[in-house]
Amino acid sequence: MSSDALLLARIQFGFTISFHIIFPAITIGLASYLAVLEACWLRTRETVYRDLYHFWLRIFAVNFGMGVVSGLVMAYQFGTNWSYFSDFAGSVTGPLLAYEVLTAFFLEAGFLGVMLFGWSRVGPGLHFFSTVMVALGTLISATWILASNSWMQTPAGYEIIDGRVVPTDWLAVILNPSFPYRLAHMGIAAFLATALMVGASGAWHLLRGDRSPAVRKMFAMAMGMLVLVAPLQALVGDMHGLNTLQHQPAKIAAIEGHWQNEPGAGVPLTLFGIPDMEQETTRYALSVPRLGSLILTHSWDGQFPGLKSYPAQDRPNSTIVFWTFRIMVGLGLLMIALGLWAAWARWRRRLYDLRGLHRFALWMGPAGLVAILAGWYTTEIGRQPWIVYGVMRTADAATRHGVPELSVTLGIFVITYFLVFGAGALYILRLISVGPTPAPGHAPLSGGPGEPRSPARPLSAASSSETGPANGAPARPTTQPGG
Amino acid sequence: MGIDLALIWAVIILFGIMMYVVMDGFDLGIGILFPFTPEREDRDVMVNTVAPVWDGNETWLVLGGAGLLAAFPLAYAVVLSALYLPLIFMLLGLIFRGVAFEFRFKADERHRPFWDRAFAGGSIAAAFFQGAALGAYLQGIPVTERAYAGGPMDWLTPFSVFTGAGLVVAYALLGCTWLILKTEGGLQRRMCRNARPLTLGLLAVIVVISIWTPLSQSDIAQRWFSLPNLFWFAPVPLLVAAAGWALLRQLDGTPHAGPFLLSLGLVFLGYSGLGISLWPAIIPPRISIWEASAPPQSQGFALVGALLIIPIILMYTAWSYYVFRGKVRAGEGYH
Repeated sequence: MSSDALLLARIQFGFTISFHIIFPAITIGLASYLAVLEACWLRTRETVYRDLYHFWLRIFAVNFGMGVVSGLVMAYQFGTNWSYFSDFAGSVTGPLLAYEVLTAFFLEAGFLGVMLFGWSRVGPGLHFFSTVMVALGTLISATWILASNSWMQTPAGYEIIDGRVVPTDWLAVILNPSFPYRLAHMGIAAFLATALMVGASGAWHLLRGDRSPAVRKMFAMAMGMLVLVAPLQALVGDMHGLNTLQHQPAKIAAIEGHWQNEPGAGVPLTLFGIPDMEQETTRYALSVPRLGSLILTHSWDGQFPGLKSYPAQDRPNSTIVFWTFRIMVGLGLLMIALGLWAAWARWRRRLYDLRGLHRFALWMGPAGLVAILAGWYTTEIGRQPWIVYGVMRTADAATRHGVPELSVTLGIFVITYFLVFGAGALYILRLISVGPTPAPGHAPLSGGPGEPRSPARPLSAASSSETGPANGAPARPTTQPGG
Repeated sequence: MGIDLALIWAVIILFGIMMYVVMDGFDLGIGILFPFTPEREDRDVMVNTVAPVWDGNETWLVLGGAGLLAAFPLAYAVVLSALYLPLIFMLLGLIFRGVAFEFRFKADERHRPFWDRAFAGGSIAAAFFQGAALGAYLQGIPVTERAYAGGPMDWLTPFSVFTGAGLVVAYALLGCTWLILKTEGGLQRRMCRNARPLTLGLLAVIVVISIWTPLSQSDIAQRWFSLPNLFWFAPVPLLVAAAGWALLRQLDGTPHAGPFLLSLGLVFLGYSGLGISLWPAIIPPRISIWEASAPPQSQGFALVGALLIIPIILMYTAWSYYVFRGKVRAGEGYH
């Protein structure tokens, strides 16, 4: 296979999975958020929770659909593009994927219909149960796929017989060394990304002068989540980093742009620099002495291997992962800062008044998703040149397709994804901009940016709750003539 | 010992794919029928009949892929590489179709016709390329050293184009009879009128494929026309004729569930004919399910989950259909 074809195959996978991961991340976070909202509604009967539930349910529906169709591509791409990997390691990744489908995908899909369209068709308890099942499905799904991905990073519980992987201990396969850290890190990341999105939505409405109870509630809930979870993520990330140092030290060396140790000296932390793979040095390095040792070995003069201790063909690309890692960490620090600011504002009872805080929260809206992408680039590009770490090289894994068919399909994927998912993102932003509205049939439709209820304007504030999936939802036959 | 894991897994995957063909078949059929139902209100009703269940229906396709990877990784690797282009085009079709469910209700008036076309075009493309991939699969896949040995365009033959078009007709009939079950009034009457040519079309497709397949694939011809196989297979065409006749009879009256069940029967018979032609090859014509098997540790581990969980899946899927039972009327939709 030519190196051009390999590069195209990798770009195609990277492109399709980068788009895909955004949707499940939001799905995981929003599903749990919706379960919390519905639980609060059933407990307190405060309509603000029900209105917020229906508001975010509409967005969840659009996002979920995009996750399903982009995920379907992934399930087939392992075979179409990475057939040697599938033949070699399908005995491990296949059953894990099968369990994900059986325990998660069906659970989500089976209860999604009732969650989206069954508000007035089943009792409140059964509807809540459906929401919880969908939320549970998203978490189970994350567990299986991260077990599979972690196994590719830190393989365990297998033997190689006749040139193919044979699992010998499934518990060891699933609970492989990096799995708990990766699962916790990604799970929290999904909650963080969602909290930032919800927070930014609330902030946008607050900045426009909408201080309705629903807007304030969602902003407060999102900021509360951030205060708790953003520092936790830093802790988990640190543990994950130490785990990586233990099992994939070359990745850590690449992340830090660390080429070699000086005898007896601690490792500095390079804050800024451009690692140069050809010259084997990090140019324009701006370093803090000993900080690298402190972070990674938790000691003053501990050392860890530099990139030069690995043969050139076994080194991951430091130029890329050095920066993707710093983007992720930098955004994480900003998230902690936002959380602290919000906590202080809350304590001073000014959470809904500080425009600077709202503007910050608005700008941080996409930060969780960007950090997730940057983190995945770090760990996946940092795993190179291996597809199964230390066991199979990426170059040996790809189907021997030619450049023409790979170029054509990649081109079509790029056009399709930008068109389809661009439109989806636009619709989600428009739904957010409409804001949570009291459900028709329960509250008057006066006030706000309301339009006359006319089916010709499906996105107007009032009728959007008729055209939205949530919908028919609160519609009771006696009060609602039907859309 | 003595448990034939490969055999059990082949049955599970065949079951999963059949579930997919049947269930996503009528979803896709609704998209295929879109160009023939221009009124917006009718289209909304059509989409609303499947909106709560389409996602679950499509999950059977993911199970087919994942089950194949788990139990027969060699087949997954080789077949999917060989059918690279038709499968990618199928996936792209499913993307447009899938997002259109939500987007056509979220778009403003200017964009809505685009997503209607995406829904129809995506459904037609997904059905056509599934059928074409199936045709190419029937014709056999060359393998050397555990890898696909053909070219990127080998899948494209007159036969595969015909099977692609044939599957579009089959799904259109499923969608049409599903709508007879789920709608009433003018839309239902229109579907009754559509069902007749579609039934005749599907019967013609089955006849042509039944003649064309043995003519072009000598292995399959030998299997069909040798004794005693001929006696075992003879009921299939007889049942097809009986089901087709009953279906056409139903359309003369005021049908409800009958046409849908009979068209399910027709599709099932066609599917079983396919299985009879290939069994036990999983990479036609030579590589059998046993040769392509994953190690027993993998097949056994995944089997435990499959046998425990699939019945539960069937139960809550049935419950979901039960919740959304009955006719869907204009304006009362969930959207």
